[in-house]
Amino acid sequence: MHLVYPAVLSALLFCTGLYGVLARRNAILVLMSVELMLNAVNLNLVAFDVWLSRAATETLHSGQALTLFTIAIAAAEIGIGLAIVLAVHRNRGTSDIDRLRDAAEGPDDSDDGPDSDAAARARAAEKAEATA
Amino acid sequence: MSIAAASHGFLSPTGVEIAFLLVGLVTFGAALVTVTTRQLVHAALWLVVALGGLAVEYLLLTAEFIAWVQVLIYVGSVVVLLLFGLMLTKAPIGRSPDADSGNRWAALAVAVAAATALVWVVVDAFRTTWIDLDGAAAGSTKVTGESLFRNWVLPFEALSVLLLAALVGAIVLSRKAKAAAPAAARTPGAHDDRGAKEGAR
Amino acid sequence: MTTTTLAVLVPLLPFLGAVAGLLLGRTAPGFVRPLAVLPTLASLVLTVLVAARQGGGRAVDAATELTPTGSVPIELALHIDGFAALVAVLVGIVATCVQIYSTGYLRDDPRYPSYAALVSLFTSAMLLVVYSGDLIVLLVGWEVMGICSYFLVGHYWETPEARAASLKAFLVTKLGDVPFLIGLFALGTAAGSFRITKVLGAVASGGLHHPTVIALLLLAGVAGKSAQFPLHTWLPDAMAGPTPVSALIHAATMVAAGVYFVARLLPVFQASAAAMTVLAAMAAVTMAGSALAALAQDDVKRVLAYSTISQLGYMTGALAVGDRGAAVFHLLSHGAFKALLFLAAGVIIHAAGTNSLAAMSRMSNLRDRVPDAYWTMTVALLALAAIPPFSGFFSKESVLGAAEHVASGHTDHAPGAAGWTVLVAGLVTALLTGAYAMRLWLRAFRGRGTEAPDHGKQPLVMNAVLWVLAVPSLAFGGLAFRLLPAWFDGRDLSPTLTTSVLGTGIALVGGIVTYGAWQHTTALAARVPLGAVAAHPEADAGLVEAEAIASHEPAYGDIAYAPDPADPGRLLLGPLHRHAAVGFHLDAVYAALFVRPVLAGASLVRFLDREVVETYVRGAGAAPRLLGAAVRRAQTGNVQTYVSALLAGTVILAVAAVLLATGV
Repeated sequence: MHLVYPAVLSALLFCTGLYGVLARRNAILVLMSVELMLNAVNLNLVAFDVWLSRAATETLHSGQALTLFTIAIAAAEIGIGLAIVLAVHRNRGTSDIDRLRDAAEGPDDSDDGPDSDAAARARAAEKAEATA
Repeated sequence: MSIAAASHGFLSPTGVEIAFLLVGLVTFGAALVTVTTRQLVHAALWLVVALGGLAVEYLLLTAEFIAWVQVLIYVGSVVVLLLFGLMLTKAPIGRSPDADSGNRWAALAVAVAAATALVWVVVDAFRTTWIDLDGAAAGSTKVTGESLFRNWVLPFEALSVLLLAALVGAIVLSRKAKAAAPAAARTPGAHDDRGAKEGAR
Repeated sequence: MTTTTLAVLVPLLPFLGAVAGLLLGRTAPGFVRPLAVLPTLASLVLTVLVAARQGGGRAVDAATELTPTGSVPIELALHIDGFAALVAVLVGIVATCVQIYSTGYLRDDPRYPSYAALVSLFTSAMLLVVYSGDLIVLLVGWEVMGICSYFLVGHYWETPEARAASLKAFLVTKLGDVPFLIGLFALGTAAGSFRITKVLGAVASGGLHHPTVIALLLLAGVAGKSAQFPLHTWLPDAMAGPTPVSALIHAATMVAAGVYFVARLLPVFQASAAAMTVLAAMAAVTMAGSALAALAQDDVKRVLAYSTISQLGYMTGALAVGDRGAAVFHLLSHGAFKALLFLAAGVIIHAAGTNSLAAMSRMSNLRDRVPDAYWTMTVALLALAAIPPFSGFFSKESVLGAAEHVASGHTDHAPGAAGWTVLVAGLVTALLTGAYAMRLWLRAFRGRGTEAPDHGKQPLVMNAVLWVLAVPSLAFGGLAFRLLPAWFDGRDLSPTLTTSVLGTGIALVGGIVTYGAWQHTTALAARVPLGAVAAHPEADAGLVEAEAIASHEPAYGDIAYAPDPADPGRLLLGPLHRHAAVGFHLDAVYAALFVRPVLAGASLVRFLDREVVETYVRGAGAAPRLLGAAVRRAQTGNVQTYVSALLAGTVILAVAAVLLATGV
């Protein structure tokens, strides 16, 4: 089999994930896109490992080992990532990335912009939730 | 043992190649739908398709152990976790009009540019490289196990520490919850991670 | 000890006293008075010793060069001739008297330590000027005096008058000092040395190429320091300082420095006939004009200030006719009686609680309150009016005699026109002097009206000093005119019959006419009540005086003038009175000519700075600010935007790297 096929598929998947990370609004969808990118890397690793295990005399199967590690780390990452998203959601009432703009620079120092309003609204909602 | 490209043209694909291409198209399509669909739950389900397609590709590349691990962990637990997450964050069921942020066109430009560059480089570099899939499977359980426990023991054990840290971290993060429900929901998730690791072993 | 050592100690002792006084003023208040009086007293004794040793003989010259200073060497040099020795004695006497007087006058003043130290420093600087044989060293003393004068005039800096007066004194004298400095450099370069002896030697041998320019430049400095027309305007305003300061600085010593300087370098001025003519004209205008102004002043100290300017005019007049003996003779006698006048005026102001003659003329029995001041001031006024046998008579007659000598064409060292100018102006001034002395005496001591307030006896030290100074005012002239020629150039100083009769007669006429006018007007005093008295008449004299000066303008509408119809000066001067009271509008002329253009220039510069330069600066700030705002707009807080930019950059970099590596 040509190595180009898995390599190109891997590149395309990676860029698809990239688009998802950059374009999706919901944090969980962003996490899914991250998974896509990780898998694209995994495919690359496996393909090259298979090629090298034939082409080279001695191999450590490092590609496959690393793929396994990546899968394990991805599992851990998804767990922590979801925990963070849930915590954010609990605090802010939203998991939309483009509404989490506390790092924004306002038009001037006195004006905090609509983001702080959103945060205030989120806090108010949370309070209502807590009292309910 | 590099194989000359002359003996393997792109116009006369082997059966494996054809299968790989077809599954690859499905995978790529599912991935595209995952990052573009407006229905959040559907995105998770299409992700299952993409990840499953990838598992098939692993099989075609004779990396069978990894293929099963892929099915077990990704399709089995990660996607389930993501679905839990979607539900816990009160994600809307059905079409949500604002699934994509305003950053979409910039993201598209960056992604297309990156894809062009990557594909171009990869094709340019590996146009002639041939993978010989004949003979013993490169990624059978035996081979992988030997490699893992002979050459990769130390990283493997370090990884278990990492997973432990992730477990503790997830618990700490969820313990801040006022309501019991999210914490209870996430603790099985951590167990799944643990299970994934056991599965990997 | 040699004469040189003694002479070096003379300026050194008050200087050390000043330093010690400044250092110990706060920590050890008990030492302040001894530290003020004793060094000055010691240097007085030393000046007397130096004078006795010098004895009018050959000049004592000593010089040491501390370090080479380029082409024209500057040396620490002494040059003590008869002039220097006697002027130093005068400075010592007046400074000692003033220091003793100040212990009583500023008894409760919280700033007395710094005041006394500054007076000591001033004394030291003046003695340095007197003894110095090097022009640059002389200049050091000259400038230190200017600074001390600034601080001392501004002693009551709480009042706006004192602040304005100190600034004015400083600026006007500095205005003269700039040309003076240039003149000194020109002189030093032309003569190849700053030593006075060498300069005089160069002048004698005709080594001076542009004597007129140099002399006129130096004259500007002299006019500033000695308060000669047209740079005299600071002196009347400087009366905002304490009375002892007026007595020391503005009567006896500092203003005499200019005259003394010309006397020392007279050959330089004589080398230029134009300079001598300018000097004569300056002297004539100064003496007559300021005598007129003195007749119109209401503040007793301003009367004395204008009188000082007028008398300094006599001295420059004597120099203009080339007789420095007469000039220094008048300097010495004037120093004594003018210091006495000022110190007595301080006592009177304290007793009356006002500095206004209009208010004093409405008090009866003021002379009984201050008998010492009354008698000594009478003596001093007689000396001022040049009535024989008081000292002023002999010194003024020597000036008039010298002028007459020149005018009659007996000499070739000065132009005859200068002689006539000085003679005529001197006689006119004698008339006016008699008039204003009489007016001052009548208005101060012959007032009619309410009883003068009784604040008890004046401090003993103040009265004692008055009597000490009364002795030379009374007797110095008669004894000195025979002895002094031996100390000076040897020219005869004894009064000639013509000028004596003329001068005395004219002065008597002035006094009698004023008396007549006073008789005529004094009845009006009762009808127009006037007067403001200090708020704390029981306080020490310095405070009373400060309050009197500060209240003069609110009470009478002007610092120099009171709308008093009972003033004989008003009758005598007629329509001129109003103009004379404000010093013939010279301040207004200066305001129009210099102050307003400078202020306009300042506002122009301010405009350029605020509007033009500032605009550039603001623009330089605004451009980065706009840029910053634009950049800030990129900080949306949206992480995805950041990552997009990051990855776009990464892609570009990676493509560039690949392109470079493959060499496409």
